Amino acid sequence: MTTTTTKSSRSTQTSGGPVYQPVDGRLLEVEDLHVEFHTQDGVARAINGVNLYLDQGETLAVLGESGSGKSVTAQAVMGILDMPPAKIPKGAIRYCGHDLLTMPEEQRRKTRGPEISMVFQDALSSLNPVFPVGWQIAEMFRKHRGMNRSDSLERAVKLMQRVQIPAAKERVKAYPHQFSGGMRQRIMIAMAIALDPAVLIADEPTTALDVTVQAQIMGLLQELQEERQMGLILITHDLGVVADVADRIAVMYAGRIMERAEVFELYRQPAHPYTKGLLESIPRLDQKGQQLAAIGGLPPNLMRIPPGCEFNPRCRYAQDVCRTDRPALREVAPGRESACHFAEEILHG
Amino acid sequence: MTEASTIGVADTGVPVHEGGDVGEARSLASDAWRSLKRNWVFWFSVVLITLFVLMSIWPSLFTNVSPNEAILAKARERPSGDAWFGRDIQGYDIYSRTIYGARASILVGVFTSVFTVILGSVLGMLAGFNGGWLDAVLSRITDMFFAIPLLLGGILFMSVIPNDANTPYFVVVGKVIVVMGIFGWPSIARLMRSSVMQVKPNDYVQAARALGASPLRIIRSHILPNAMAPVIVVATINLGVFISVEATLSFLGIGLTPPAVSWGVAISDAIVALRTTPHILLFPSLFLCLAVLAFIMLGDAVRDAFDPKSR
Repeated sequence: MTTTTTKSSRSTQTSGGPVYQPVDGRLLEVEDLHVEFHTQDGVARAINGVNLYLDQGETLAVLGESGSGKSVTAQAVMGILDMPPAKIPKGAIRYCGHDLLTMPEEQRRKTRGPEISMVFQDALSSLNPVFPVGWQIAEMFRKHRGMNRSDSLERAVKLMQRVQIPAAKERVKAYPHQFSGGMRQRIMIAMAIALDPAVLIADEPTTALDVTVQAQIMGLLQELQEERQMGLILITHDLGVVADVADRIAVMYAGRIMERAEVFELYRQPAHPYTKGLLESIPRLDQKGQQLAAIGGLPPNLMRIPPGCEFNPRCRYAQDVCRTDRPALREVAPGRESACHFAEEILHG
Repeated sequence: MTEASTIGVADTGVPVHEGGDVGEARSLASDAWRSLKRNWVFWFSVVLITLFVLMSIWPSLFTNVSPNEAILAKARERPSGDAWFGRDIQGYDIYSRTIYGARASILVGVFTSVFTVILGSVLGMLAGFNGGWLDAVLSRITDMFFAIPLLLGGILFMSVIPNDANTPYFVVVGKVIVVMGIFGWPSIARLMRSSVMQVKPNDYVQAARALGASPLRIIRSHILPNAMAPVIVVATINLGVFISVEATLSFLGIGLTPPAVSWGVAISDAIVALRTTPHILLFPSLFLCLAVLAFIMLGDAVRDAFDPKSR
């Protein structure tokens, strides 16, 4: 059952709550999203007008360094930001055409799990330490599908087998701390896909894992995404991780999208100095012994974002105009968008 | 298919590296049980508590002398084969009265603990989980109750609604439970609040929200089981404390009152004859000490078991 579950069975399985159908294959649309945090020291503007979209069966990678707002975007989409201190002064998050931000909370809660689901970075702390993992996976079926104890546990075992946990039948009664990091992440993934969500958000799913396990988890996510035709949003700071898996990439910096492109295009020729800097900073085997290229400086303090382009203090191409005018995200070539005054020059060498 | 996913499938097909041993599942509770099993303090307290509980449920198992049979002619008799613990100033058999006195102490201890845990946990959970103005209001209410000394509150309560000779036994006991519950819950509420605030920001609570759990479900399956351990420990220790407070109130004449039989009442009655016949005081005091000690030891053992740092 688990391996053959397809999109068509999705609507028949979901009991209770609205079932949403994508409009022209478009699952998720984030429009001009702003998020700010009201703290004692002032207002931190974590997200300043993010636009994203996600189609059925597509993988979107959101790339950025720490503090660029990629996780906050994910949390805003999920609706798990703590408000206060967070506030969403502007923007819309549309799921299948319905704005999640204006939806009643109870209705929105019911979208979490069966419609939009999430995998967290650290699977150990994301699993409840006092219950067996099987119980936790089965809980999804019991609560959302009204299954009984033994049926839901059976489904949990199947799901654990699907995410390739060896000896799933025996391990269904084990507790989270008895699993290795990679196995825990698999269980987290199993929980997230249990209700066959249309959108899966993976927030740095491999950061806490070592490299060999990273590849396995990414492979598993990609496989599940293809099999279930989910829309997958992959949040990461690791350029290497996304190259294989993503269809499109959105590069974030200081709460804004700097560049959007197809993954192959972006790697071939970046259209923004920040992306260029990121790509140059990947260690390469053929440049052994040389100094690693790094982007100088630090990301801006979100309470004091510089005027003009957010990236200008660190940008080696910066001109006077960059210090006064904030460039909007615009199309610079077919299918390529960049928020740089000199995007064309960067793009064409 | 890309290289990454091929690696994924190939590697995980073989359950060698990551599978780990399929050992006996161990939760926090089962770990605690393992360490309890090896602790003599735990077993000692369990034996004592079992004895006291038996005494309070079936006192006739231990004695067939009625606690209300007063033989004035034999008053103040020292311990003998006839009356093992001797007789008090009214000629009551002290052994029988001490056995029957356990019921009041255990009842008061257990029910006050249950009462404070329920009230304190609910209010502490509300305050800790919701935060904001509700937390502020509940915390201040907790502080207000915390500021009133238990004995003062007890004296006030009991003098407003006094007992008389015709008040049924369970009403007398119930009053003591209510008064101690009213002044005993704040410590549990504070503990629960801080415990909940510690558990709430954990990723698994966030994850549960992201997977569509309702607030009630988050509280029930994720916060409560993880926040309950310290409350259980303190409630067990409190049980002993409540027993001694009951004795104190009864000693002062405002807790249980005759005809209810209780250790506190017995101690109070024995004081007048302390210098001439100290055995009248000795036995109820000894039982009271043992009962309080047993519950505090149990609480201590449970705390050690739940605290991973003590292992």
